[in-house]
Amino acid sequence: MTIGEGGGLPPSLDLLNSCRGYPVPAIVLALVRGLLLSIALFAATAPTFAASFEESVAKFANDDFSDTDDAVGEIAVSGNPLAFPIISALQDERLMFDAETKKVFIKQADGKIIDAATGAAVDKLPDSAAAVSLNNRLRRSVDAALGGLTLLSPDTNTRLTAAKSVFKSHEEATLPTVESALAKETNGAVKQALTEARAAILLFKSDASEVDKLEAVATIKARGDQEALALLTEISGGDQPANVAKAAASAISSIQGSLAIWSGVQNAWYGLSLGSVLLLAAIGLAITFGVMGVINMAHGEMVMLGAYTTFVVQEVIRTRYPALFDYSLLIAAPLAFLVAGAIGVLIERTIIRFLYGRPLETLLATWGLSLILQQAVRSAFGPTNREVGNPSWMSGAFELGQITITYNRLWILCFTMAVFAILLAMLRYTALGLEMRAVTQNRRMAASMGIATSRVDALTFGLGSGIAGIAGVALSQIDNVSPNLGQSYIIDSFMVVVFGGVGNLWGTLVGAFTLGIANKFLEPVAGAVLGKIAILVLIILFIQKRPRGLFALKGRAVEA
Amino acid sequence: MLTRLTQELTAPFSRRRWLAAAAGLALGVAGFNSAKAADDTIKIGVLHSLSGTMAISETTLKDTILFLIDEQNKKGGVLGKKLEAVVVDPASNWPLFAEKARELITKNKVAVVFGCWTSVSRKSVLPVFKELNSILFYPVQYEGEESERNVFYTGAAPNQQAIPAVDYLMKEEKVKRWVLAGTDYVYPRTTNKILEAYLKSKGVAQDDIMINYTPFGHSDWQTIVADIKKFGSAGKKTAVVSTINGDANVPFYKELGNQGIKAKDIPVVAFSVGEEELAGIDTKPLVGHLAAWNYFESIKTPANEKFIKDWQAYTKNPKRVTNDPMEAHVIGFNMWVKAVEKVKSTDADKVIDALPGTEAPNLTGGVSKMLPNHHITKPVFIGEIKGDGQFSVVYKTKDLVPGDAWSKELEGSKDLIGDWVGKKCGNFNTKTNKCLGSGT
Repeated sequence: MTIGEGGGLPPSLDLLNSCRGYPVPAIVLALVRGLLLSIALFAATAPTFAASFEESVAKFANDDFSDTDDAVGEIAVSGNPLAFPIISALQDERLMFDAETKKVFIKQADGKIIDAATGAAVDKLPDSAAAVSLNNRLRRSVDAALGGLTLLSPDTNTRLTAAKSVFKSHEEATLPTVESALAKETNGAVKQALTEARAAILLFKSDASEVDKLEAVATIKARGDQEALALLTEISGGDQPANVAKAAASAISSIQGSLAIWSGVQNAWYGLSLGSVLLLAAIGLAITFGVMGVINMAHGEMVMLGAYTTFVVQEVIRTRYPALFDYSLLIAAPLAFLVAGAIGVLIERTIIRFLYGRPLETLLATWGLSLILQQAVRSAFGPTNREVGNPSWMSGAFELGQITITYNRLWILCFTMAVFAILLAMLRYTALGLEMRAVTQNRRMAASMGIATSRVDALTFGLGSGIAGIAGVALSQIDNVSPNLGQSYIIDSFMVVVFGGVGNLWGTLVGAFTLGIANKFLEPVAGAVLGKIAILVLIILFIQKRPRGLFALKGRAVEA
Repeated sequence: MLTRLTQELTAPFSRRRWLAAAAGLALGVAGFNSAKAADDTIKIGVLHSLSGTMAISETTLKDTILFLIDEQNKKGGVLGKKLEAVVVDPASNWPLFAEKARELITKNKVAVVFGCWTSVSRKSVLPVFKELNSILFYPVQYEGEESERNVFYTGAAPNQQAIPAVDYLMKEEKVKRWVLAGTDYVYPRTTNKILEAYLKSKGVAQDDIMINYTPFGHSDWQTIVADIKKFGSAGKKTAVVSTINGDANVPFYKELGNQGIKAKDIPVVAFSVGEEELAGIDTKPLVGHLAAWNYFESIKTPANEKFIKDWQAYTKNPKRVTNDPMEAHVIGFNMWVKAVEKVKSTDADKVIDALPGTEAPNLTGGVSKMLPNHHITKPVFIGEIKGDGQFSVVYKTKDLVPGDAWSKELEGSKDLIGDWVGKKCGNFNTKTNKCLGSGT
């Protein structure tokens, strides 16, 4: 919005009339009236030159970033009913230009084409037409312009977005519109956003009164987030009356104080989130290694297989049933359990059962197996990463106080806890669970009681592998789906299980969250690389002190 | 967590993995080795990893050279002889690069080698090329600070990628505060050292520069992205200069998108993210983030359109993308062909002497020239990521930029030049007028 720098003449009503051929929605008219009002205020002071609407629109045809920027500024203040359609089309890259004829067209959402300068319907685009290109600077101008144009929109959400983008751009020229919108506003959230937008503008307005500015500082201070901090820091560097500068400085230190506390909360949340990922990766291993005592180096590959199952499910959904995409993970989870579990049972039956009690050979055999699985996947799916999409309910984030919580991490935390609870309940309350515990505690006694130990072994290994497969479904959401996916989790998983105490699921839970939180509190201080080294050193020292981990099993079972 | 460790712990075992992987490729490779052992061909070595972590990027470059050889043979080869590729797989294993290079030069008697991606692999083969006096064309953007007689660098030096990108952000986006984020190894560390010195020379305060390193394959970016957000809230326009390498980029960009950092708020300019890397992600949340390269697939010139068409026809894949290091190989290959035709010989000494001054058209409409320091002149483009995984060019240097072997920004190297024509020296100190040792 560049009214102050000499935008355009207040539009005559003829311009509106000339557009009669084009159905002008009532909202646009209302909007234009609001703009007329605000522009009228400026008309007296703004130096004027005649850049007609058509000339401004024609600038888009040059497809030059500066020209487009000028055109956006001029059109935003033109008051023309086509201003909003043009600028929102530009934002969505639906604004087309033809370099030869210098014509500009709007491709409407419903596929119809209209001439941007006149609003007349056009049959079809010329073949040489291309979208007007944007860069970041222009996207900011477009946002600011749209913010100004939609402040009076009847839709609450649109008004809220508009108020927020005005807050960001805090262009002095929008102040009258903001004030008139504020006077009419009834919705609490929008009103708050408008008040903040007004405060942001006043802070930077050189001729605003000291009282206004102090009030503005207080409003921004109440917001208390990083953006508020950015604004206040920015003005405190400038030329401000002494009182305002003082108020700003105290507001900055108070916001910084509260943000420091929030950053502690944030680290704790990140730690929980990392812990849940570790737990998810390790929980299957807690069964195969922790409960059965098999050093399973192919555990990571089970995770990888789960991730590839998700990929295959999504591919099928994408090509056949696109509507089901949001449910892809729910479909993939049981499938991944079955795929990885079946392969687990197969591995146990064909390899591992011959190697019980020979840890070194098990280690080497499962290592070899992991290479075979990786290469098999590489041959089948190619060496490059595969794209696994986030369903809509796992994308984006929400704000809790001053921290951002991303949905994918939150869901993974919930998912992990659910898997953990189900597994625990299964071991505790089902017949299979009872048999598993019996076999792992005392194999010969269990056999004498009539338990088919070798069947239980296979099922236990299958269960551990299947859970690793489920972990793969979740990890495909935050990591790269590549043949190497499993490798990056295997060492972490062993660490969690060893740290938590072999043979104890609760130990794995506590171990995973302890490591996650410790890592995330170390990372801001020491950096990602040093943080990891520090964690490893701490674990080594800890194991010296407690060789059996956090929660050691006691009694005869240990010696068996 | 601790993925670094995984790699280290697995190192003793990984040889087997590579062997296993190599076994799969053995058939294909053997085909090249023994198909035609006649003397009426000129052999060209291709030293790119076809397995292991770098296979993702390097396999394409192997295909590029095979494609170029195929095209050249259709035109009748060079000096009346057909060209013949000898492909080996160094399997992302740095010492193996040196072994394979030696094998190519001594056993297969190749006239020239096109190869390497990471700086560490290039450093590992340098002594071999020096000792056996052969030629290596290195096609990847790198950290500079090197000029060797036997190596021709067709990728960008820092002044052909990093510095123009930073200039663009300063001028166009009015960036005042800088996050230099990179993977923890030699290329990002050297590039960031150069950038830090450059930014300071432009009056940026130490407080306005944040440097951050992460391990290879880092996947939990929450803390770092939150830190970037916090760093960006100091009331000054902030940008991220990313030398993050490999597939760690995918979770990094995902986290940026999830935490709502838009390009219009905090733009990220990347030096290692191209069309190939974006092929694995949904780019809609990334629209507007930037990359600096000397070539983009989306640049519309007749030469580029023909190249893309021929390439996709050759690979029988209409979706196969092209990228910057591929173009570097195209330029390097054409320069080598010209130099060989000029001296009518494939003798290494003659070709090395003939190469400086050789010109070859690049795919974006200019003509690149080999300089006496064995780097080439290139145009610099800044592109913004589009929704379809391609880039739209928002800035381009007016002229081609000559590559500096030695950065002008660093204390230790600003007086050095590489000049293999007049001075016969790779690190000639212009102050003391002495060659520091890498001469003939």
